[in-house]
Amino acid sequence: MKLTEKHKEYWHKNLVITSILLGTWFVVTFIVGWFSAELNSVSIIGFPLGFYMSAQGCLIIYVVIIWIYQYYMNKLDLKYGVHEGDD
Amino acid sequence: MSQPKQSGKAFFKQLQKYYTWYTGGFLTFLFLLAIAEQMGMSRAMMGYIFLIATVALYGGIGVMARTSDASEYYVAGRRVPALFNGMATGADWMSAASFIGMAGTLYLSGFDGLAFVTGWTGGYCLVALLLAPYLRKFGQFTIPDFLGERYGGNIVRSIGIFAAVLCSFTYVIAQIYGVGLITSRFTGLEFGVGVFVGLGGILVCSFLGGMKAVTWTQVAQYIILIIAYLTPVVWLSVVHTGNPIPQIAYGQVLAKVTQREIVLNKDPKELEVRAIIKARADAGDANLKNPDAAFAKGKTDLDQNLANLKSANAPADQVAAAEKAIAAYPKDVTAAKALYTKEKALAPRAAAIKPHATPFPGKDQEARDKARRNFLGIVFCMMIGTAALPHILVRYYTTPSVRDARKSVFWSLFFIFLLYFTAPALAVLAKFDVYHLLVGSSYASLPAWAANWARVDPTLLSITDFNKDGIVQLAEILLGTDIIVLATPEIAGLPYVVSGLVAAGGLAAALSTADGLLLTISNALSHDLYYKMIDPSASTTKRVSISKALLLVVALIAAYVTSLKPGNILFLVGAAFSLAASAFFPALVLGVFWKRANKWGAITGMIAGLGTAMLYMVRTYPFFGGVSANEWFGLAPISAGVFGVPVGLITIYVVSLLTPEPSKQIQDFVEHCRYPNLEGDIDTQSA
Repeated sequence: MKLTEKHKEYWHKNLVITSILLGTWFVVTFIVGWFSAELNSVSIIGFPLGFYMSAQGCLIIYVVIIWIYQYYMNKLDLKYGVHEGDD
Repeated sequence: MSQPKQSGKAFFKQLQKYYTWYTGGFLTFLFLLAIAEQMGMSRAMMGYIFLIATVALYGGIGVMARTSDASEYYVAGRRVPALFNGMATGADWMSAASFIGMAGTLYLSGFDGLAFVTGWTGGYCLVALLLAPYLRKFGQFTIPDFLGERYGGNIVRSIGIFAAVLCSFTYVIAQIYGVGLITSRFTGLEFGVGVFVGLGGILVCSFLGGMKAVTWTQVAQYIILIIAYLTPVVWLSVVHTGNPIPQIAYGQVLAKVTQREIVLNKDPKELEVRAIIKARADAGDANLKNPDAAFAKGKTDLDQNLANLKSANAPADQVAAAEKAIAAYPKDVTAAKALYTKEKALAPRAAAIKPHATPFPGKDQEARDKARRNFLGIVFCMMIGTAALPHILVRYYTTPSVRDARKSVFWSLFFIFLLYFTAPALAVLAKFDVYHLLVGSSYASLPAWAANWARVDPTLLSITDFNKDGIVQLAEILLGTDIIVLATPEIAGLPYVVSGLVAAGGLAAALSTADGLLLTISNALSHDLYYKMIDPSASTTKRVSISKALLLVVALIAAYVTSLKPGNILFLVGAAFSLAASAFFPALVLGVFWKRANKWGAITGMIAGLGTAMLYMVRTYPFFGGVSANEWFGLAPISAGVFGVPVGLITIYVVSLLTPEPSKQIQDFVEHCRYPNLEGDIDTQSA
């Protein structure tokens, strides 16, 4: 088994998208969570923002993060020829 | 359920057809029961019908999906389409704690309870980004399997087996407890009998068909549990706001609740009740310091009082009351002590209302900071634990491809999201009802649901008229966490059939999780311990038979331990997450992303991580004789993973660098897992 430059580029791109999405995950979870009390002074569709983020906002963002990842990676597999047989 | 040769698309279509019919059938069943209720069917009868019909259904799927083929038994033949694997994972994931306990926890703790909502969903980001696709490419049967292959040698595998059994067993106890609770409450059976009826349902399914049967049952269970959860909440939302989407509508309700909290916190009647409760709690505390003297003095006072009344020729009713007080007085010091302890325990009820939407409330900055650290600590442990619990991770072995594994994590979180997104809305809507309908109503005419539940089970709901004014004050109401979900249908004024549906949903949640956990335990023992380490030449049939036998043994031990009713359920669940996070997460993630991680790093890292978490719990949790003075940064024992995970990561890093790098073969293995398809690749997939 020999990895070509193309393979390495694929892995690199995977690491980049993974880091970006993990960074987003970290910020919405821990940074936003840390400042919940401060954020509560802002109001969004009738909710205090800090409460809204932990109750609903974060959850929506998590679902979107995972959707983006699977969409991007499944495209990347095809582009770099590392996809599995058709199914 | 279908021929192995069939193409993925045709199989998907077929499943879609089955489950559409199934959902239609279930709705018809509910409709018929609703009619039967109108015609006068009794509540107990309906409880039995729900219990028997659903358990028989799950058993039926188990019989239909029976198998003795290893690949079918361990990983459902790796043919489960992404969407259905998502539903199965959802049911596998959402336990009795999520279904019944979550909304109640949110009701009682307000913002702080949201740590579980974000923690139990955000963990899927880690599963999706760091683990699922790579585990799928590896394509074996269990999590210890992956660790054994990646790091080489039986030591890592053994630690994996130990940790998998430890956290799954801790978790399964909580599930079986939930099963017993629901069956006994809705049918009137004994708790122990309820446990075994539920266990029967679990066993028929996983025993006959392993992962294959469990998967198709879990899809069926997901459909029931989500219908059961959403129906009453949507109804309640329509009643209160005219908007059928509770997740949006409850914003305005929350604003009203917050206003009402401010009013109630200043209400003179509320203050009066809190003062009475506080006085009683303080008296209990004082009496406990010297119970013998308090007991003697109380008795003399009462006797004296009666004598005084008699000598003063007081009216008969006053004398009768004084005699009654003497009759009700504790018989001896032991009984008196129990009474004082009970009185002392009233203390928390004298506290002012915690505002629902306010994060980290506390009396000073230090208390607020501590609350904030604990919130984020729980979030951290629940998330990392999600990405480390073996019974969830193995679900991604069952998809047809890496691509499907990625999609499947998306569907998993989506289906879980539907429930978790709704729980905060349910908590607020229920709070609105309690604040407006229950508070201020008179004891003579309590709302029917409150009167019913208070009669059925005082730990779920009890209302005591402390200031004897005949009106319910908020401080007079004591709610248990489970009441919110169980009583919602009645709060919303729905027919009893919906209450039965909710119970069936809770049962589905508990059974499906227990199924997945028991299978994980018995597979770790039969596949990893027996087949991989003791007898590698065992035939497939023998392996599957051993797995089935172990399943029975483990289930019986778990049921026995449950019947002893050990400790706090929420703590058990939290402990399972912290332990799994500390033991597995560092070794799994570094195994994929850092080629240099080696055997000795993994061995020491897993032991150090798990050891740190266990040590922290033992030193801080009262059940093990720990004290909270031992806490670091004031973090509760449930958050032990905050220390276990970094210790594990650092140990793997340092020890790996100090010892030789892994062999070429193992480095190739890592490359293999990173690419869904490589030319001239090795093959690790079995079956």
